[in-house]
Amino acid sequence: MAGKTYRQAINEAILQEMRRDSTVILLGEDVAGGTGAGGEGDAWGGPMGVTRGLVSEFGVGRVLDTPISEAAYMGAAIGAAASGLRPIADLMFIDFAGVCFDQIVNQAAKYRYMYGGQDKIPLTIRTMMGAGLGISSQHSQSLYPIFSYFAGLKVVVPSGPYDAKGLLISAIRDDDPVIFCEHKALYEMVEDVPDEPYTIPFGEANFIRSGGDVTIVAMSSMVHVATKAATELARQGIECEILDPRTSSPLDTESILESVEETGRLVIIDESGPRFGMASEVAAVVAEEGFALLKAPIIKVTPPFVPIPAAPNLEQLYIPDVAQLIVAVNKVMES
Amino acid sequence: MTQKPYLHIPRPTARPGEVPDFSYLKLSDAGAVDRPPVTEKAKNIEYLSHQLVRVLDEQHEAKGPWDPSLDEAALVKALRYMVLTRAYDDRMQRVQRQGKISFYIQSLGEEAISIGQGLALAPDDMLFPSYRNQGLYILRGTRLVDMMCQCLSNTGDMCKGRQMPIMYQNRDKNIFSISGNLATQFPQAVGWAMGSAIKGEKHIAASWVGDGSTSEADFHYALTFAAVYQPPVILNVVNNQWAISTFQGFAGGERRPFAARGVGLGIPGIRVDGNDLLAVYAVTCWAAERARNGHGPTLIEHVTYRGGAHSTSDDPSRYRPKDEWAAFPLGDPMDRLIQHLIKLGHWSDENQTALEQETKTIVDDAWKEAVSFGTMSEPPFLDAQLMFEDVFKEMPDHLKRQRDELLALTGDTP
Repeated sequence: MAGKTYRQAINEAILQEMRRDSTVILLGEDVAGGTGAGGEGDAWGGPMGVTRGLVSEFGVGRVLDTPISEAAYMGAAIGAAASGLRPIADLMFIDFAGVCFDQIVNQAAKYRYMYGGQDKIPLTIRTMMGAGLGISSQHSQSLYPIFSYFAGLKVVVPSGPYDAKGLLISAIRDDDPVIFCEHKALYEMVEDVPDEPYTIPFGEANFIRSGGDVTIVAMSSMVHVATKAATELARQGIECEILDPRTSSPLDTESILESVEETGRLVIIDESGPRFGMASEVAAVVAEEGFALLKAPIIKVTPPFVPIPAAPNLEQLYIPDVAQLIVAVNKVMES
Repeated sequence: MTQKPYLHIPRPTARPGEVPDFSYLKLSDAGAVDRPPVTEKAKNIEYLSHQLVRVLDEQHEAKGPWDPSLDEAALVKALRYMVLTRAYDDRMQRVQRQGKISFYIQSLGEEAISIGQGLALAPDDMLFPSYRNQGLYILRGTRLVDMMCQCLSNTGDMCKGRQMPIMYQNRDKNIFSISGNLATQFPQAVGWAMGSAIKGEKHIAASWVGDGSTSEADFHYALTFAAVYQPPVILNVVNNQWAISTFQGFAGGERRPFAARGVGLGIPGIRVDGNDLLAVYAVTCWAAERARNGHGPTLIEHVTYRGGAHSTSDDPSRYRPKDEWAAFPLGDPMDRLIQHLIKLGHWSDENQTALEQETKTIVDDAWKEAVSFGTMSEPPFLDAQLMFEDVFKEMPDHLKRQRDELLALTGDTP
């Protein structure tokens, strides 16, 4: 056990799975990143350095830099999966899903089903999402709810290094396509992470903090906003229970309802949009199955319904924050 | 001489009521095109993308360096599968007209491509077919009754009622499924071939698109990948002149042959008479040998003609001359093979009549068996719970709950 960053945890998960299983390959734009350039780690391993060092150990035949064509390497990864390999496709930004959407949602997601269960596509799509770097709305969106719409896809949204490693190993070993959504603002986050491989099951929420007054559902980087708000609120005498579903598909609705049963109040904070997003979905589940448990209307804390601006001050206003969450929690406490 | 900029709207050479005109097709004489060694570099064989490899001449004799010298048994086998494919198509087209299946797509006039290529490839080679490649499934031993059950979405359907008619699947015979979204299988085939190379195997992949689908981005992406990684793959464009009602000019076929799409990327492109089984077979063997021996991908354009409608949802008499197929200079692939066999003394009209009778009986029997598994209106019907299976390898809780709710409504039990 040692302190490791989110970046290191993800790198370690890939490294260990590639050592354990020779059918695991990694492909995408710049995943090797300067193969043969020499120096430390041989290559820089993508814009965030997440895959650094992998090409030196596994070679260019298993860590493949690809031409700039998301649709082609997604399609190729599906074909490679059908050939018996277990590919990890690196979609540099989740925003780029627009150019390979069909391969993900109409091809990978549906093969097992449409063809009578004869085929499996054991594909992991690693991708990066989230605002905070000033790179605007073609590189900063939290689009994971879009993929959660599709039957046949599993969607993982890890909030820290420990979860990232365990969930990524589960994703790579899974026989169904998984979208693994890394938040770009979390790569430097440090947490104790076991050295040995381990898995975390999908569809099991993590209780981050217990408290009897309000349930806060948060995923990815919003978990940390929720934690800060809860510490502050505790000083005011309001005890928040924080739940991180960890995967949006499958979604652990049972744990959410269980918590709302205890608290009677629900606030959802999420970086995906205010309409048809994660917060809307969780609100709908609780309204439908737990309406009688509620002492107050549900509140969603989400960004405004606008594209993500680039200017740092505007971007910070866009991202849901501690102050907004505290206001929302105080409001549900009024009833 | 100056000219104003103008918008060129491609127009087919003939619309209904006009005289068919195939003068735009550049043909070569049978036997006239050189056959380079498989080791030849792409830049030295660009001529293959402009000429047309043909083996059978007007007198139905095999000519030139591409003659694969198939023996009598192989030729008869090929004919047999072409006749069977056409008999199957004929029956399925009719049962769709009778309202017994919802949709169908024939391969009329294009049978030599699936059969010729299927015979040239090895059983372990992976096929990513298009929707007009039913001959591949039949040749690889998919039972007609299974294919009919798929079209009926009945209890015998290998897809369990989850895929529209004609999108068959046969994993055991190394044939991937068909996709309704066009050209998506081109990058998948390239990826499969990359997988084969990564594993150090000698299996190759092949995929098919129509002339119209070469406009799809996936076609171009796949060619780029094939050019970069040099995987063992054969990429086929079946140029049957028509994409539903738009002729091949709308896919850019007026400027350069589709085979030439590979040339700019350094992939050998080769244009072949798609209605000449011997030429299709020979060209495919050449491409397969290249792929299997580490010489990389090949793009093959098969020049053919779509003998029937695009599908049972369109009426070609509204957009092309009724007699256009009869005027097509490359004829009917089945007739041409029959005439070749007759010329060789291996076949007769009596043989042909007997074969057609035999295949009709095979198809009749298969249909009788297929409908015993249920039709769109007659039981047995598929179990409702099948709707919830195979979404994932293991059924998640939310699907179990939804299944149980639905079954409670229908009065069934899981």
